[in-house]
Amino acid sequence: MVVQALKDQGVEVVFGYPGGAALPIYDEIFQQNEIQHVLVRHEQGAIHAAEGYARSTGKPGVVLVTSGPGATNTVTGLTDALLDSIPVVVLTAQVPTFLIGSDAFQEADTVGITRPCTKMNWLVKDTDMLPKRLHEAFHVATTGRPGPVLIDIPKDVQFATGTYTPPAKVVEASHYKPRVKGDPDAIQELVEAIETAEKPIFYTGGGVINSGSAASQLLRELTDATGFPLTSTLMGLGAYPASGKSWLGMLGMHGLYEANMAMHGCDLMINIGARFDDRITGRIDAFSPNSKKAHIDIDPSSINKVIPADIPIVGDVAHVLEDVLRIWKARGRKTNREALAKWWKKIEGWKAVNCLKFKNSEKTIKPQYAVQRLEALTKGMDRYITTEVGQHQMWAAQFLGFEDPNRWMTSGGLGTMGYGVPASIGVQMAHPDALVINVAGEASWLMNMQEMGTAIQYRLPVKQFILNNERLGMVRQWQDLLHGGRYSHSWSDALPDFVKLADAFGAKGIRCDNPDDLDEAIKEMLAYDGPVIFDCLVEKHENCFPMIPSGEPHNKMLLGDDKAEDAIQGAGAALV
Amino acid sequence: MNALHIKKGSTKHSAYNLRPTFSDVEEKHTLAVLVENEPGVLARVIGLFSGRGYNIESLTVAEVDHKGHLSRINIVTTGTPQVIEQIKAQLGRLVPVRDVHDLTVEGAAVERELALFRVQGEGEKRVEALRLADIFRAKVVDSTLDSFVFELTGSPEKVDAFADLMRPLGLCETARTGVAALSRGT
Ligand SMILES: Cc1ncc(C[n+]2csc(CCOP(=O)(O)OP(=O)(O)O)c2C)c(N)n1
Ligand SMILES: [Mg+2]
Repeated sequence: MVVQALKDQGVEVVFGYPGGAALPIYDEIFQQNEIQHVLVRHEQGAIHAAEGYARSTGKPGVVLVTSGPGATNTVTGLTDALLDSIPVVVLTAQVPTFLIGSDAFQEADTVGITRPCTKMNWLVKDTDMLPKRLHEAFHVATTGRPGPVLIDIPKDVQFATGTYTPPAKVVEASHYKPRVKGDPDAIQELVEAIETAEKPIFYTGGGVINSGSAASQLLRELTDATGFPLTSTLMGLGAYPASGKSWLGMLGMHGLYEANMAMHGCDLMINIGARFDDRITGRIDAFSPNSKKAHIDIDPSSINKVIPADIPIVGDVAHVLEDVLRIWKARGRKTNREALAKWWKKIEGWKAVNCLKFKNSEKTIKPQYAVQRLEALTKGMDRYITTEVGQHQMWAAQFLGFEDPNRWMTSGGLGTMGYGVPASIGVQMAHPDALVINVAGEASWLMNMQEMGTAIQYRLPVKQFILNNERLGMVRQWQDLLHGGRYSHSWSDALPDFVKLADAFGAKGIRCDNPDDLDEAIKEMLAYDGPVIFDCLVEKHENCFPMIPSGEPHNKMLLGDDKAEDAIQGAGAALV
Repeated sequence: MNALHIKKGSTKHSAYNLRPTFSDVEEKHTLAVLVENEPGVLARVIGLFSGRGYNIESLTVAEVDHKGHLSRINIVTTGTPQVIEQIKAQLGRLVPVRDVHDLTVEGAAVERELALFRVQGEGEKRVEALRLADIFRAKVVDSTLDSFVFELTGSPEKVDAFADLMRPLGLCETARTGVAALSRGT
């Protein structure tokens, strides 16, 4: 029944790990060929792989794990998917119904534990309800603001036979129907604001990507037709092409100077599918003080949660942008050209600061240089990037250019170290012939490195590009700026030899510590037909700039050559 | 800020009917939340309040439509206007929540609570307790030679007032149901 429901949902791949309570479903999986099961090495790996799969395809990722520890191991990934709005459906096995509540072997209150980290979850005690819940899970995970949905299935319910309900019937009967069309009055108001704005900016987020490729297309059309500058959050990279003429780069704590200054100085901010996260806003009371703010979001609770919206529009990005474009065109495609030209001039001034500049070195590989070279040597390829969490993640976001949506998989909201390796596996499963690179830090990479076994088993040629600074670099940076350089436990001590490790897994290992050899080494990685662990030994003490110190507004950004010490003061020091 | 008028009716998409969000005055609101009657829904609603640090002053829940599989949760909560709007939006986006009504802004509403009080005492105090109970239209639902159990239905304020009066007269145990509320008129 479970397998039938998955087939009817068009599921092609399931990431999972078996165990006693899940055996009946695994038995069904054994007896069919339509759905491929990928055996991960840890359940956290399964859910991050499913996230990678989902983000790179726009389809929901599916996970199957056993009861108790199998289920609890998915909690980090569920929370990650919830914060980043990634559609995943997780099937957990449960002890049989008659043992629930008895502290049975491998029993855990899975729905209780995962309630706060799922969009919805259900324990299914009645076999007839199983298909209904399964189909509803896919419906809920993918509709409205996407998110993780978990179904807990006791072993006796897996064994029993029941009546099957097909998906269409379930969706029809579902009461979960989030609104997708925006309010016409608000859209009208936004169009009028677009026509007169002197210093406008588009501020776009992961919602554009979640809304689907049509949303990115419409965004490009609207942006290019209006000529407004555009910046994006970490989650939204690729919705508008990095080569596009309106592109200012990423904004936020480690965003580009021009993007943050433009956000601070704008008079019309059009937020499309972003959520005013604290990494974006910095100090709230000084956030873009003189702008009118429009906010398009499918989740009503995002609007006015952090920053009051002057023009709130609840709806799906693609639907709303379609309306905005249609009305704006019908009214004569007006913008305030003169003011806009002045605004761009100001922005060009900020761009001239060249905020990403760094002192390169002939002796050691600067991490920024490594990412720059990676970008140069892979540009134009059919490329997907995943990352871990830390400085390397920010450098990847700053120095890699994304031309299309669904090409950039990173843990934004939760900042989960250990995301990148399994995510790269999920992406490669979905795109077997593409180039999939995980830009990693050595510390994060170790957190889920067991998944290299999965990569080998399924012949997934993922490239693990490790910027090895032998430091928990981002932690070290904060200790540098905030804690008087007392580097409490931010060393990566006793690191393995990554080349030997690659060898042990059956992958290719490459080490590079010389800038002169870097290009050749990267080319060697790209040329190898199989998984590679690339140990890129980089400068150990590099800090990531620009940086908005916590507790400060956008215009108080630190650039690389500023004196960074004592930058974070008072209340800001308590922030994360 | 844009027009801040308050519309009557469902507040599920409350972003459209905002009140000024810049006030830090705490308000008390009574919310009626219609939910699908299935296990775990109440836990999800309560978890939302505890997880996001919202207050619950009173909470009642019961099935109200057996065939339609619906329960109604009445929640009395306090917070600044921004917090109240956020609570409604957060409730509204829960998958098993069908509708959220803010009875406090949707016009007049009736609020009732049922309470039971055990009052122990003899002599003059016992007589006084009975007299006050009569004034409040509280019913005697159990009595012994030295105690009464009173049943009182009314607004939470009325129940509070009665409890205050009974305290010096020997109030020793109280059970309250929490608030049930409906809007007036249609
Ligand atoms: C699971 C988890 N634990 C702790 C942290 C806190 N943290 C954020 S970045 C970081 C250091 C990451 O080091 P590394 O992976 O080597 O990346 P680098 O910053 O050096 O590039 C840590 C410990 C986290 N984000 N996730
Ligand atoms: Mg590191």
